[in-house]
Amino acid sequence: MKDFAQLIKKLDTTNKTTEKVAALTQYLKSADDDDKLWTIAILSHRRPKRPVNTTLLRLWATEISGVPLWLFEESYHIVGDLAETIALILPNKENIESSTKSLTQYINEIIALKALPEEDKKEYLQTNWMQLNYFERFVFNKIITGGFRIGVSQKLMTRALSKATDIDEDILAYKLMGDWTPLTTTYTKLILETIEEDYLSKPYPFYLAYAVEDNFQNDLGDINDWSFEHKWDGIRSQVIIRNDEVFVWSRGEELVTDKYPEFQRFLSKIPNGTVLDGEILPFGNGTIGNFNELQTRIGRKNISKALLKKTPVILNAYDILEWEGKDIRQHPFLERRKILDKLISECDCDEIGLYLSATMKFENWEDAAAEREISREKHSEGLMLKRKDSPYLVGRKKGDWWKWKTDPFTIDAVLTYAMRGHGRRSNLFTDYTFGLWNDGELVTFAKAYSGLTDAEFRKVDAWIKKNTLERFGPVRSVTPHHVFEIAFEGIAESSRHKSGIATRFPRILRWRQDKPMEEANTLEDLKAMIPK
Amino acid sequence: MPKHPLLIFNTKGIYCKEADVYIDAWKPVDKCIITHGHADHSRWGHKQYITHHNNVPIIKHRLGDITVAGKEWGETFTINGVKFSLHPAGHIVASSQVRVEYKGEVWVFTGDFKTENDGIAEPFELIKCNTFITECTFGLPAFKWTPQKQVFEDINNWWAANQTENKTSIIFGYSLGKAQRLLKHIDPSIGKIYTHGAIENMTQVLRENYDFHQTIRITRETTKKELLGNIVIAPPSAHGGTWIRKMVPYVTASASGWMTFRGARRRRAIDRGFVLSDHADWDGLLETVKATGAQKVIATHGYTDIFSRYLREEMGLDARTEKTQYEGEQGELESKKEKEDEA
Repeated sequence: MKDFAQLIKKLDTTNKTTEKVAALTQYLKSADDDDKLWTIAILSHRRPKRPVNTTLLRLWATEISGVPLWLFEESYHIVGDLAETIALILPNKENIESSTKSLTQYINEIIALKALPEEDKKEYLQTNWMQLNYFERFVFNKIITGGFRIGVSQKLMTRALSKATDIDEDILAYKLMGDWTPLTTTYTKLILETIEEDYLSKPYPFYLAYAVEDNFQNDLGDINDWSFEHKWDGIRSQVIIRNDEVFVWSRGEELVTDKYPEFQRFLSKIPNGTVLDGEILPFGNGTIGNFNELQTRIGRKNISKALLKKTPVILNAYDILEWEGKDIRQHPFLERRKILDKLISECDCDEIGLYLSATMKFENWEDAAAEREISREKHSEGLMLKRKDSPYLVGRKKGDWWKWKTDPFTIDAVLTYAMRGHGRRSNLFTDYTFGLWNDGELVTFAKAYSGLTDAEFRKVDAWIKKNTLERFGPVRSVTPHHVFEIAFEGIAESSRHKSGIATRFPRILRWRQDKPMEEANTLEDLKAMIPK
Repeated sequence: MPKHPLLIFNTKGIYCKEADVYIDAWKPVDKCIITHGHADHSRWGHKQYITHHNNVPIIKHRLGDITVAGKEWGETFTINGVKFSLHPAGHIVASSQVRVEYKGEVWVFTGDFKTENDGIAEPFELIKCNTFITECTFGLPAFKWTPQKQVFEDINNWWAANQTENKTSIIFGYSLGKAQRLLKHIDPSIGKIYTHGAIENMTQVLRENYDFHQTIRITRETTKKELLGNIVIAPPSAHGGTWIRKMVPYVTASASGWMTFRGARRRRAIDRGFVLSDHADWDGLLETVKATGAQKVIATHGYTDIFSRYLREEMGLDARTEKTQYEGEQGELESKKEKEDEA
């Protein structure tokens, strides 16, 4: 546990990716196999089930601290993290030696705890709390409550594991997919043993586009060098057909084959040795739907028949990376498209849910701009520009692919409630609720957490602390006064929202200190934005 | 006994009507007693200042040509029959609590205070009183300080470790108070101690009455190379600015009570946080309140509502909050004082 706590402390105290990777690599080289496996599990969100609910955790922690429960709650709102709050308020003993139990031993005890009677749980927790120093106690609490938010993505962890083992990152990414837990496998089996399938399912790194820059029309040269497509609003994916198997990878390099059983039908028409790049789109009623509909498919582990019927998906393909078993990424875009167009047009692919993202040609930028204007009607987010002779590159590169998104919706709203942030923003009011006018009242329409600079957040935070009307736990209502311009990507009617409207990815565009709150927008203004 | 309280909180500051004197007023007044040199307590524009004599050079440095009377610790000065005296608050050098006595009733205002003896500020003196007006910047049970001996061991180890990697150690602390506390206790046998101009200026003022290790002012001529392996004491506002960028490769640390929270350090993108505060922690606040024997307690800044509720409900005291313009909760994070200094 000592080494694991040291690792977490190191990861937590540096902002530099290289140092995080180095610390993690070092740990993964030196730790015991079981501890390694649990570390990988925890950092890929496979924590043991919570053995005790948080109400009891609070109660037992306050009991040995002599802190009244209300004061614990107030402290928690300010600290912003339950595990940290408990670690802080427990009494400190002088000169506590580091614990000698291993990480795996602690986790096994925590797993076993779940089945024990409440009295035993209490006894176990209170005893162990007092035997750990502050930081180990914090890590112990984190294992129990879950969610290590220490700025280590699964990708970063995979990179470190790759350095520690000399196994290719993409292969490790694949090995780490799926339903395993340290209780069902071992480090050797999961990481070290080679499985033929590792290579079979391997995706190509995605090529990602940059947003166009100011006056890009002048920089891109002859418009005839460019192929245009709509920018579809779904899940960027690669579908791999090899050896009579289908693998679906999302852009986050997550294997999502099981979530989209529709694509199993590709086997009937698409030959082995084919890799397609495209967008998974919702396709109820035989037309492209809203991204909102796709939300029901993303989070779900078990895909029911009813759900498949209600929200079927298709792949809207726009590129082909492997054909007849050969990597063709270096072929010019137009050549790859020819192969793709031929493949899809000859196979009656509608039946299997495989469509083609149509390419477009424009004579001039005005025509292209006009097409971009109607993107929302087509459920697209704008236009993609691809250079006709470009290869398929790796990662986000400037030059050959550009995205020309539609401008976001914007509306001026009034700050009505504020909540303390979490993690690095705890103790600062950074999570805001905004209202729009309706019959002389402000109706909540969105929450937003991002878009201001740190300096602006500090200013707004100081203002909030001085202008609080009421407190509801971590939330404060504030004197309506400040107007913020809120940008959002999508808008749809919703019965789940008080305002009757759901907006997608709302964020703060700017602080309108020039605007009195009376001049903020109305709910009617917002409703008028819903596409007909 | 007067019909009104001995000290009241009006729009200008803490006011004693009998003596027509303010304490730490935030608006310009005729006569003002000043607890210590931080900008939220010693403001510009009063006609007459009264403070501890060691604080005189400090506030003159900050406020320029002012009319100021210096007092000894415990020296009683009577105004219109009200007896005033200053007593060490232990917060920073020359910081006072103000004791006010009238017709047998005693009030004490702490200004800012801490109970641990830091080796430079005159150690906190406990004063019995009827009404205790206190700060509670860190008035939450989450705040528990480690003895400074341990903290400075950590700081010195951190510096030495950075030195082996040939990096410059930059540690942030306020130019008045924290900077000198760091200066007093970091180990000069490890390397040289460099200071930011704002800190060097203030330290020069303090050297009149206090001893510190030798320091080197960073100027335009200071090279990146000569800093390597040494330590730089800088005000928090220098973090992220162009001044610091020239010192690459460096490692940053902050010494503050706020470093208790992981979030506070991460938000400021500082590599290392040392929990070192010039305010009392939770236990320090509670023990002090108890020991004063006061039946009435007024919390002025910090987590005032929470702290006074605790005193009422758990300790049975007559406790309440008064609004002031002292910065407690954000003062250290915002570091406005430092910006004024640099200007």
